[in-house]
Amino acid sequence: MTDRKRAGLFDLRGILALLFGVYGLVLTVMGIAATSQEDLDKAGGINVNLWMGVAMLVAAALFALWVVLRPLTVPEKDAQGKDAQGKDAQGKDAVDTP
Amino acid sequence: MHLLAEADLRLDAAPIDYILLGVYFVMVLGIGALARRSVSSSLDFFLSGRSLPAWVTGLAFISANLGAVEIFGMTANGAQYGIPTMHYYWIGAIPAMVFLGLVMMPFYYGSKVRSVPEFLLRRFGKFAHLVNGLSFATAQVLIAGVNLFALATVVNLLLGWPLWLSVVVAAAIVLAYTSLGGLSAAVYNEVMQFFVIVAMLLPLTFVGLHRVGGWDGLVDKIRAASPATAAEQLNSWPGTNITGIGSATLSVLGIVFGLGFVLSFGYWTTNFAEVQRAMSAKSMSAARRTPLIGAYPKTFIALVIIIPGMIAAVLSPELAAYKASGGTAEGGVTYNNAILLLIRDLLPNGMLGIAITGLLAAFMAGMAANVSSFNTVFTYDLWQSYVRKDKPDGYYLRVGRIVTVLGCLAAIGTAFIAASFNNIMDYLQTLFGFFNAPLFATFILGMFWKRMTPLAGGLGLIAGTGAAITVDVLNRAGVLHLAGQGASFVAASAAFAVDIVVSVAVSLVTRPKPAAELVGLVWSLTPRDQLRHDATGENAGWYRKPGVLAAGVLALTLALNIIFW
Repeated sequence: MTDRKRAGLFDLRGILALLFGVYGLVLTVMGIAATSQEDLDKAGGINVNLWMGVAMLVAAALFALWVVLRPLTVPEKDAQGKDAQGKDAQGKDAVDTP
Repeated sequence: MHLLAEADLRLDAAPIDYILLGVYFVMVLGIGALARRSVSSSLDFFLSGRSLPAWVTGLAFISANLGAVEIFGMTANGAQYGIPTMHYYWIGAIPAMVFLGLVMMPFYYGSKVRSVPEFLLRRFGKFAHLVNGLSFATAQVLIAGVNLFALATVVNLLLGWPLWLSVVVAAAIVLAYTSLGGLSAAVYNEVMQFFVIVAMLLPLTFVGLHRVGGWDGLVDKIRAASPATAAEQLNSWPGTNITGIGSATLSVLGIVFGLGFVLSFGYWTTNFAEVQRAMSAKSMSAARRTPLIGAYPKTFIALVIIIPGMIAAVLSPELAAYKASGGTAEGGVTYNNAILLLIRDLLPNGMLGIAITGLLAAFMAGMAANVSSFNTVFTYDLWQSYVRKDKPDGYYLRVGRIVTVLGCLAAIGTAFIAASFNNIMDYLQTLFGFFNAPLFATFILGMFWKRMTPLAGGLGLIAGTGAAITVDVLNRAGVLHLAGQGASFVAASAAFAVDIVVSVAVSLVTRPKPAAELVGLVWSLTPRDQLRHDATGENAGWYRKPGVLAAGVLALTLALNIIFW
């Protein structure tokens, strides 16, 4: 059970959701509260921060949804078989297929 | 004048931009620390314990390549040549990636080798192995230096840090996460970097297109800016401007055989920095899908890299003036600055910070890919094979970590070598021609011709590299007259041809390995079911079949080729 939890922490999809969640939030707030006329002129009238912020929040939500729908499972036979003994080194892997 | 022009590229970063940059690096180092917990053997460190899912390795596969050279080089090509640049992707990368997934990966993954040189060891024995191990390790340290130098140049230009400080800080961050977490950390960061790069390129493309009045506006502006060459810039074939070959027929041949076959197949199928990502996949099915899954985003990356380049050349007054001068005006911007100009001119603070993050992350990932493939080859193929055999696995894990440190230090040294070349893109292309073209010839012959002998493997590589170097030296000495692109293409073709001729000649007079030792390494001697993979459980489903994925991406590429004909 603890193994399962640790794998969850290190799920790349979760990290991506976190990164784009933070980025999306910051950009959305900046888009709403801190967009000058100069910024708008630069982009031909498009509020870049707002659009990208919302897009990133959507992306973060999709990654989070993916984690929830298809959680990462640690293979039962994880502990054995990895060539911790070393020199055989042909790399027979225990996690080949479930 | 020169200093003034450089100062103009300084991006107007606000505190919020630095905060967004900081968030990213905290996560990068966090991933390194987390990945360390899952490293308990050398295989964990060098090949992520062969446990990564296909979408992760697939994105890392293209991300490892999405470094300074691609981002600056391809936007620059887009600004200068326009649509024909797409050939680097749709004729170059995609067919080679499909070939790797369908034909070559079963041998790589099925033989359970841990590196590309190790495949040569199994197929040809120690001579070819040592030749390739040494040349690969050397090439990676040189290329890591190029990436590090490019990274430091950007930090210097954007943030105003001194060059030496930028080099050392960047090397320290790459070192921190690769030596802690090994390949897992490098691969995870590559995937994260991929998404940040996309987040940078998408607004540049869309906002840029909006500013120039959509695609039609872009076409009109290119026609108005350079009426003489607009047709060449707006049609992908025959691409005479990019090959430098006047005849349309020869130009098409040059693109298809030179760029598509020799250079791209050589690069994508034998470059261990790429192939290592597929080898770390968790099953044969996932390994074969790695380059195929990577091929889909690669197809579209072409659009969001090259179109911004084209936009920059009409939207940025400095770059437009440079282009109007025929690329000869000195002291100002060059094509290489295309993407920096767009970032400066289009993005507000906030998004600007994410774009800077994406650029820095991409260049670091490029270097991390060099370092993580260098430490694998050095540890397994040189140290374990020829210097200290038969030690416990923990010993090689320690060696791997120490070699990572040494590799980063060496890269700081080679960064200053790279600094002495005025065109690092040419320098890199030349290196690829030296090493990858002959390697591809040896691989193809060795995989499909069981008669090829061990001695032929080693001598073919040496002769091929020798031929490429000879062409390069002759060209530099003025005996041959080839323009920048033409030289590396001819050198690579010469390397390929000489390698094949020498390998065949030597094979015919030397003794081949017994057939029993070549099972799993040579096509005709490998039972067909050994090349198949498990298609049950999480490898089931029609959409996971390599053949279906390959057909899909080839159809997509063909459609795009026709649209941009």
